[in-house]
Amino acid sequence: MHLAYPAVLSALLFCTGLYGVLARRNAILVLMSVELMLNAVNLNLVAFDVWLSKTAEETLHSGQALTLFTITIAAAEIGIGLAIVLAVHRNRGTSDIDKLRDTAESHDTDGPDHDALTTGQAEKAEATA
Amino acid sequence: MTTTTLAALVPLLPFLGASAGLLLGRTAPGFVRPLAVVPTLASLVLAAVVAVRQGGDQAINAATELTPTGSVPIELALHIDGFAALVAVLVGVVATCVQIYSTGYLREDPRYPSYAALVSLFTSAMLLVVYSGDLMVLLVGWEIMGICSYFLVGHYWETPEARAASIKAFLVTKLGDVPFLIGLFALATDAGSFRITKVLGTVASGGLDHPTLIALLLLAGVAGKSAQFPLHTWLPDAMAGPTPVSALIHAATMVAAGVYFIARLLPVFEASQAAMIVLAVMAAVTMIGSGLAALAQDDIKRVLAYSTIGQLGYMTGALAVADRGAAVFHLLSHGAFKALLFLAAGVIIHAAGTNSLAAMSRMSHLRDRVPDAFWTMTVALLALAAIPPFSGFFSKESVLGAAEHVATGHTEHAPGAAGWTVLIAGVVTALLTAAYAMRLWLLAFRGRGAEAPDHGRQPLTMTVVLWVLAVPSLAVGALAYRVLPDWFDGRDLAPTLTTSVLGTGMALIGGIVTYAAWRHTTSLAARVPLGAVAAHPEGDAAQVEAEAIASHAPVYGGVAYAPDPADPGRLLLGPLHRPAAVGFHLDEVYRALFVRPVQGGASLVRFLDREVVDTYVRGAGALPRWLGIAVRRAQTGNVQTYVSALLAGTVVLAVAAVLVAMGA
Repeated sequence: MHLAYPAVLSALLFCTGLYGVLARRNAILVLMSVELMLNAVNLNLVAFDVWLSKTAEETLHSGQALTLFTITIAAAEIGIGLAIVLAVHRNRGTSDIDKLRDTAESHDTDGPDHDALTTGQAEKAEATA
Repeated sequence: MTTTTLAALVPLLPFLGASAGLLLGRTAPGFVRPLAVVPTLASLVLAAVVAVRQGGDQAINAATELTPTGSVPIELALHIDGFAALVAVLVGVVATCVQIYSTGYLREDPRYPSYAALVSLFTSAMLLVVYSGDLMVLLVGWEIMGICSYFLVGHYWETPEARAASIKAFLVTKLGDVPFLIGLFALATDAGSFRITKVLGTVASGGLDHPTLIALLLLAGVAGKSAQFPLHTWLPDAMAGPTPVSALIHAATMVAAGVYFIARLLPVFEASQAAMIVLAVMAAVTMIGSGLAALAQDDIKRVLAYSTIGQLGYMTGALAVADRGAAVFHLLSHGAFKALLFLAAGVIIHAAGTNSLAAMSRMSHLRDRVPDAFWTMTVALLALAAIPPFSGFFSKESVLGAAEHVATGHTEHAPGAAGWTVLIAGVVTALLTAAYAMRLWLLAFRGRGAEAPDHGRQPLTMTVVLWVLAVPSLAVGALAYRVLPDWFDGRDLAPTLTTSVLGTGMALIGGIVTYAAWRHTTSLAARVPLGAVAAHPEGDAAQVEAEAIASHAPVYGGVAYAPDPADPGRLLLGPLHRPAAVGFHLDEVYRALFVRPVQGGASLVRFLDREVVDTYVRGAGALPRWLGIAVRRAQTGNVQTYVSALLAGTVVLAVAAVLVAMGA
């Protein structure tokens, strides 16, 4: 099989994942898109490893070994990521990335006092409700 | 030990005592008193030994150069002639007396250790000035004395008077010291050396190029240190310090340093006729002005301070007629009796609980409370008024005799005009001196009214030294004028008949007129109740004095003035009384000439700093702040925006890398 097929396939997968990461609103879909990008990289690694091992006398298949590492770490990452999303959803009632903007710089004044004040008021409002 | 070694030890011992006192003052309070008294006493003994060995013969000269210092060498040099040996003995005697007196006077003062160490340091600096044969080393001692004076005047720094007086003393003397320093440089440049012997050699061979300029610059420093017109205004205010300090520094020794300096370098001044005339006029104005001012003062110590200024005027007058023997003779006798006057005044202030003569004149039996102070002060006042046979008579007559000698044209050293100026001013001042001495004695000891409070006996340390100092005031003069010419230039110091009769007659007139005026006004005293005494009469003398100084202005309306119609000085001076009480408004003149411009300059600098320099600083801070505000806008909190920016950056970098790799 020619190297071009897996390379094009992985490029398509990566672009799909990139589009998902940049454009989707749901955090779970964003995580899935990240998985797509990772798997595109895995596909690349395996394909190029096979291609290189054809010409080499001896090889350690380091590309395939690295793929195993990536799969393992991706599994751990997606576990933690989903747990975070679950926690955020329980806490806020939503997992929409556009609404999770707590790290934004406030526009009116600089200084943390203002933020602390508003969050304090928000908490109080929640408590009364 | 050789005489040179002994002489080097004389200034060194009090210095070591001062260092040890400052280091051990807090950790070992038991050593403070011995460390204050013993080194001073030892250096007095050594100074006496040096004086005996020197014996008025050829001057002892020794010099060592520690390190090369450029064009004009600076050496550690001794130059001990008869003047230096005797003045050092005087300094030792007065310093020892003052240290012993202080152990009683400040016995409960918490700041006594630093006080005693500063007095020792001052003694050491004065002895350095006296013995030094190198003008730069002399200047070191000169400036150390100035800073010690600053600290000691401000000893009662809780009172605003003391704080203001210490700063004033420092600034006014510095006003003279800056020209003094320039004058020393000019002198050394002309003479090629800072050594006194070489300078005098240059002058003798006529090698001095700018004698008038140098002499006038040096005179400025002398006027500041010796409290001569127009730089005398700091001395009366310096009386806000403790009485022993006034006795040692502001009466007997430091203020005499200027006179002593001119006496050492008299040929430099003689080289310029103009300088001698200026010196004579300065002395005359100082003498008469201070005599009038002393007659109007209410604070007993300020009377003595103005009297010190006047007596220093006699000394500079003697120098203006080129007779340094008479000047140093008067310096020696004045040092003894003026120290005695101040120390006795300290005892009186303690006993009366006030420093105001008006309040004392409303107390009876004050002299029975302090018999030692009464008798010794009477002796010292008679010496001050130059009544024979007290020591002041002989020294003052030697000054007047020298002036008469010059006025009648018997010498070519000094201009005749200077002689006449000094002679006339000296005779008038003799009258004024006797008048204010009489007024002081009458108001302090012949008061009528409520009995003076009884605080028990004064400490023995405070009364014994009075009698020690009374001996030279009483007896030494008659002996000294026969012996001293051997130590000095050999010129005759015996009183001449004309000036003796004239001076003593004027003194008697002054005394009698004051007595008559006092008889006339004293009946008014009972009608005008006046006065305030210290709130803690059982405290030690220093505390009583501090309270008296602090309360004088609020009670009487001025540090120098009291609205007392029973004051004979008011009757004698007439309309002059009010200006004389405030020192002829010289302080206001200085305020207009120096203080206001300096304050104006300071506020201008503050304006420039706050409005101009700070604007640049704030501008430099504003630019980064605006940048920060702009950058903060990029932080939206949307993760996808960040990733998009990251992607864009990566693409740009990748394209750039590819382009570079292709060599485009």
